[in-house]
Amino acid sequence: MAFFLETLIGGLMAGMLYALVALGFVLIFKASGVFNFAQGAMVLFAALAMARFSEWIPQWTGLSNKVLADMAAFVLAGALMFVVAWLVEKLVLRHLVNQEGATLLMATLGIAYFLEGMGQTLFGSSIYKIDIGMPKDPVFILENTFQGGILVNKEDLYAACIAAVLVAALSLFFQKTGTGRALRAVADDHQAAQSIGIPLARIWVIVWCVAGVVALVAGMIWGSKLGVQFSLATVALRALPVVILGGLTSVPGAIIGGLVIGVGEKLSEVYIGPLVGGGIEIWFAYVLALGFLLVRPQGLFGEKIIDRV
Amino acid sequence: MLYRENGQFKTSYRADLQIFPILQDRWTILALLAFAFLVVPSFASDYYFRAILIPFLIMALAALGVNILVGYCGQISLGSGAFMAVGAYGAYNFFVRIPDMPLVPALILGGLCATAFGIVFGLPSLRVKGLYLAVATLAAQFFADWMFLRIKWLVNDSPSGSVSVNGLQVFGLPIESGVSKYWFCLTVLCIVALLAKNLVRSAIGREWMAIRDMDVAAAVIGIRPVYAKLTAFAVSSFIVGMAGALWAFVYLGAWEPAAFNVDVSFRLLFMVIIGGLGSITGAFFGAAFIVVLPIFLNQFLPFAASLVGLSVSTEAASHAELMIFGALIVWFLIVEPHGLAKLWSTGKQKLRLWPFPH
Repeated sequence: MAFFLETLIGGLMAGMLYALVALGFVLIFKASGVFNFAQGAMVLFAALAMARFSEWIPQWTGLSNKVLADMAAFVLAGALMFVVAWLVEKLVLRHLVNQEGATLLMATLGIAYFLEGMGQTLFGSSIYKIDIGMPKDPVFILENTFQGGILVNKEDLYAACIAAVLVAALSLFFQKTGTGRALRAVADDHQAAQSIGIPLARIWVIVWCVAGVVALVAGMIWGSKLGVQFSLATVALRALPVVILGGLTSVPGAIIGGLVIGVGEKLSEVYIGPLVGGGIEIWFAYVLALGFLLVRPQGLFGEKIIDRV
Repeated sequence: MLYRENGQFKTSYRADLQIFPILQDRWTILALLAFAFLVVPSFASDYYFRAILIPFLIMALAALGVNILVGYCGQISLGSGAFMAVGAYGAYNFFVRIPDMPLVPALILGGLCATAFGIVFGLPSLRVKGLYLAVATLAAQFFADWMFLRIKWLVNDSPSGSVSVNGLQVFGLPIESGVSKYWFCLTVLCIVALLAKNLVRSAIGREWMAIRDMDVAAAVIGIRPVYAKLTAFAVSSFIVGMAGALWAFVYLGAWEPAAFNVDVSFRLLFMVIIGGLGSITGAFFGAAFIVVLPIFLNQFLPFAASLVGLSVSTEAASHAELMIFGALIVWFLIVEPHGLAKLWSTGKQKLRLWPFPH
């Protein structure tokens, strides 16, 4: 039982991180109908920027305070993501209005390649580490209930908290602010939103900026867990089934989907994995999402797709 | 001036339904085929065969298959790499397990394995479409990656999933030298391209296109979406599987599952989009572009840098290659979203009217 719970909690923690990456997908899809394959590259780019800035800033400015340097690096990397978002809108999306979904998808793949190359040219391609002072040691909880207690990684706990705070902040932003309302309007209908005076271009920049910041936070957390390296870009591929399961247009869907996938992956690896040779984490999430789609094509919380001739 | 069709009258339905209704086109194609079969082998060096021509032919074949699914039937697929892998390993299993298995039947059986795999992973297309389907097909990709790494029986118990074949021959002729490999791939490509061209002009091809343009409307006028979508998956994955088997057997010789990873799927999709969705010619253009571009950049970047007095490390060159690749894709999508095939047909249209602009 204790072992089961331990796996479950591990799954939930991992799921929170998937949800964070999935959130980036959902934000952009919601507001522009673009399925952003570059999200993984953005995570990598942001994490690289963050890792290197936190290394460089003390050298440039002689800043000795670690926390201050980290914060400056975060702000600087965030600013960089803003620039990226602005350029993406200016150079790519603006010219691809009204193209088919496949074309837009390919364009984001192009952006992904570009960002991967760019990030590694600017910041180098070795393995870097981000140290934002998250404690690494595990803790035991519920020691009274179970023999030996349940092992929980403190770092995961912190990461999940950060993710939860970010999600809450985004939900507030979407629900309560004027900009958030405009974003939702654009998501519902580009043309109608434009005709009542919502500037489409600015909305897109804002959305990509927010997605960039989400990528930065995701990159920071994943990076401090796994180290910043090229493979970080593939984290996005792990998060894709999450989006599908939750529904492409739903923020809560991304969270719930993330948790379901995280738990499903860990449990399947532990309980089914040994029967079929292990390593099934890679495809289990996809097959889970696929099976779900057969029952409910729009995902958990996605909007029902109605076709009319 | 040369490209005029006046005076060419069609007097029978047969003549009206030809693949190339214009006389000049027929002659051009014949000349092109003669050039490809007879002239190219006489001057191309072994390097050209191995580095450019053979990859181009096989990738064009794969792009043809992907184009049937994505371009003609409108089902976005990111699992083409998996279909290639299934084709390759399927053909491999038949090749090593059955004594004296000839190459051509092995390739076809490999293609049939890919067909079965494609139909299974095409089933979600009956329920979901568009971007959801694109991600669903990624499941095929990751499942295949895992399958050939972990299920030892499929790879003849090799520990890392890497296998090799040798002693290839077709009808008693060895397929060892660059020229023979080139001829073999070219023959397969020509046959499949001809079949594919006729297939998309036939009733089933029109059903695919109706599904692509609007599946609900197509269903209303009596086209069975289940049948149309699954046949598109079947035909497409058969061709892609054959291409995978060729890629493994003829081009690589020895390979491992990573040779068909998700990057291959993306590249195949690039070929189709850059070449032109829903166009057989487009597959050739796209494959040529994607195969030649990295080679060209590899040669050109160090040269360009040396002109301005810089030297480029291999690492920097590979990063610059990624950047240029990405930028070019975006640029292409913006400038010509219908692909190179559209440019080609525009050019032909202009040529018809030349020297008058309208």
